Amino acid sequence: MIAELGLALLWIAAALACLSLVAGTLFLRGGPRDLAALVRPASVAQGVLTAFAFALLIALFVRSDMSVELVARNSHSLKPMIFKIAGTWGNHEGSMLLWLMILSLSGGLIAIFEKRLREDTLVATLAAQAALSLGFFAFLLFSSNPFKRLPVAPPDGQGLNPLLQDIGLAFHPPTLYVGYVGLSVAFSFAVGALITREIGPAFARAMRPWVLGSWIFLTLGITAGSYWAYYELGWGGWWFWDPVENVSLVPWLAGAALLHSVAVTATRNALRAWTVMLAVIGFSMSMVGTFIVRSGLLTSVHSFAVDPERGTFLLVLMAIYIGGALTLFALRAGAVAEGKKFALLSREGSLVINNLLLTTILALVLLGTLYPIVAEAMGEKISVGPPYYNKVAGPLALILCLVMVAGPLLGWRKDDGKRLWSRLPAAALAGAAVLFGLVLFGGKVGILPLLGMTVAGIVAVASLAPLWGRNLRRTPLPTWGMVVAHFGVAVCLAGMGAESAFIKERLVAAAPGEVMKIGDFSVKFAGVKPIAGPNYTAIEGTLVATTSSGSSFTMKPEARTFPGLMGTAPTETNEAALLTRPGGQLYAVLGQPVASDDGRADRYQIRLWWKPLVWWIWLGGALIAIGAALSLLGRAQLLAIWRARRARKSGERFAP
Amino acid sequence: MKAKHQRLILALVALCGVAGAGVLAASALRDEAAYFRTPVEVQGGKAAVGEAMRLGGMVAKGSIERQADGLTIRFVATDGKASVPVEYKGIVPDLFGEESGMVADGRMRADGTFVADRILAKHDERYMPPQMGEMPKNMKAPAGV
Repeated sequence: MIAELGLALLWIAAALACLSLVAGTLFLRGGPRDLAALVRPASVAQGVLTAFAFALLIALFVRSDMSVELVARNSHSLKPMIFKIAGTWGNHEGSMLLWLMILSLSGGLIAIFEKRLREDTLVATLAAQAALSLGFFAFLLFSSNPFKRLPVAPPDGQGLNPLLQDIGLAFHPPTLYVGYVGLSVAFSFAVGALITREIGPAFARAMRPWVLGSWIFLTLGITAGSYWAYYELGWGGWWFWDPVENVSLVPWLAGAALLHSVAVTATRNALRAWTVMLAVIGFSMSMVGTFIVRSGLLTSVHSFAVDPERGTFLLVLMAIYIGGALTLFALRAGAVAEGKKFALLSREGSLVINNLLLTTILALVLLGTLYPIVAEAMGEKISVGPPYYNKVAGPLALILCLVMVAGPLLGWRKDDGKRLWSRLPAAALAGAAVLFGLVLFGGKVGILPLLGMTVAGIVAVASLAPLWGRNLRRTPLPTWGMVVAHFGVAVCLAGMGAESAFIKERLVAAAPGEVMKIGDFSVKFAGVKPIAGPNYTAIEGTLVATTSSGSSFTMKPEARTFPGLMGTAPTETNEAALLTRPGGQLYAVLGQPVASDDGRADRYQIRLWWKPLVWWIWLGGALIAIGAALSLLGRAQLLAIWRARRARKSGERFAP
Repeated sequence: MKAKHQRLILALVALCGVAGAGVLAASALRDEAAYFRTPVEVQGGKAAVGEAMRLGGMVAKGSIERQADGLTIRFVATDGKASVPVEYKGIVPDLFGEESGMVADGRMRADGTFVADRILAKHDERYMPPQMGEMPKNMKAPAGV
């Protein structure tokens, strides 16, 4: 019953999306106002029903209802509860329903909370959002039905890929999806504003909190995904330039550019066409990403079962939406082109350069990601890896960071160079100190990490400059947000630089009792013992890491074996052990046993890494997200509302 | 008038920047893109010794051999038509095993062995390298070589 109800809810929600689209369009073409009144409630109802359908799918996974094909293929009755729930979105159909739910809920949230837009623009925006969700409803219902029943229910499920049985799966995809799909709001706003020609500061101010909101989740999702890959894959890397990582980075870059250009539009009524364009690009990149990952064009750790028919479906949807939005943009370009003027050396000027650099990096990352597909179509099989991305994105990102140093210190409209210089000595000094320190004491450091750490020093100090001479309690939240986020960029950059410059690695086949030296640690391999988990067995190694100052820590890396379910082969995974110290992380992986000549397995492969300051990378990511959240708090004026309410209350109290 | 000039300069700067980025990308792609090859192509002499490349194939049944140092493994990568011996020093990734798909980054040595710097095995057990799509499903890779 549950599956049938879920499917019915999806059909009703799709019908409501259809209603919003039709009613909105008719109203905008001069229909009666009653039609506009339909759109808001229909959008809310669509969001609620889709969320309910998703909840029902979770319920099917929780109950391990094996008569549903999706559950049978991706779950198992003996799985721990948290992974039963997380397994709901650990597959193609479930994750597409999650995507659709967020798309619908976004529409509902606009309908409930957006009060600043003109009515016709709001209706156009909601209609655009409904049009987006309608396409994805069609995709889900016609080619990826998550509620499909099996003619005969198998006795139990095939289980979830062991690598996905990690707490990371519970949080990483939903967070990333909220960010990815949240950008649809900016897309719909742009389409709505283009339709009604209401493009100006008011529109930008209304759009800004939504962009900030989804960008926060995107930042958190990427950061969490990076950490997950770091400790779960056992390769010790935090970014692989895997196509799937790239397609999450690309919307993030678009979002970052959009955040900065929407600030210019909101404050100075300039860069209007560019802001609208970026809003369209942002969600377009989310769709391109979904298409690349789900179509199986690029094989990747994230591609679930590959199906060319689905790929074609997504390609058509994407072409309609992106093509439609761009056509609308071209038709209306005349109405939005002109904005306020500004000098090159000004806040706006620096933000324009910021936007150019961000979009250039975006284009280069996208190019590297798509190039293998194009090459394959022409008969060459090519892979584009880290060397390409480091070469093209690295230098540009560093220049971007230098622009970030100057931008916040510049005034709007027009500023002079002398005033800028007078505010920079401390930052320049910090950069010089880092550079000299590294050159003198750092040993051999690659040019990119060296520059990275230097720029990090400059940015760290310069990012605090907007607070100098200010009353910190009176400083507006968005300013705090900017400072924290830019400081986070410096922390992240320092972590990346230090990790790539000073990483140490050891690979040994160690017998129990053997001691390995790495960095400041001597690590003793104490031995192994078998252990049993809820649905796996494992060999657990014990390593005792002792620092030169004498403190010692125990690390327990595991090599796990998951039994094959329903006739599939057993799978083995490595669980790395991490020791976090103020100066970095010690990372240990237990590999296979090594048989010696007489056939006894007495040695084990052990791989150790000492990664200086590596956790700064994720700390930096978190700071960027926190900064954006502070900014959002300020922009959404929640605090102002709260203060006003409190003032009113205290006013009431003192009223005679 | 002045504003128009400024706009023009800005547009020119942007254009130069984009052109520069294009040149950068083209040269980086030429230098850094690695060819993806299958064992058939390697045996056909397509892979030059020492050139960075990526090899995709199935690990042949019964071919994984551990060396005495306990760290180096050798195995045979096959696509059903041809095979290439592979050598790798390190811990193989999760989900790496005989008769499963793998992708290795590395280069050919003069003796015809592929020396891998990194081995990727795919997360999904249903995964096969895309280039192996022509192979019949459930094909048994030839034992040893």
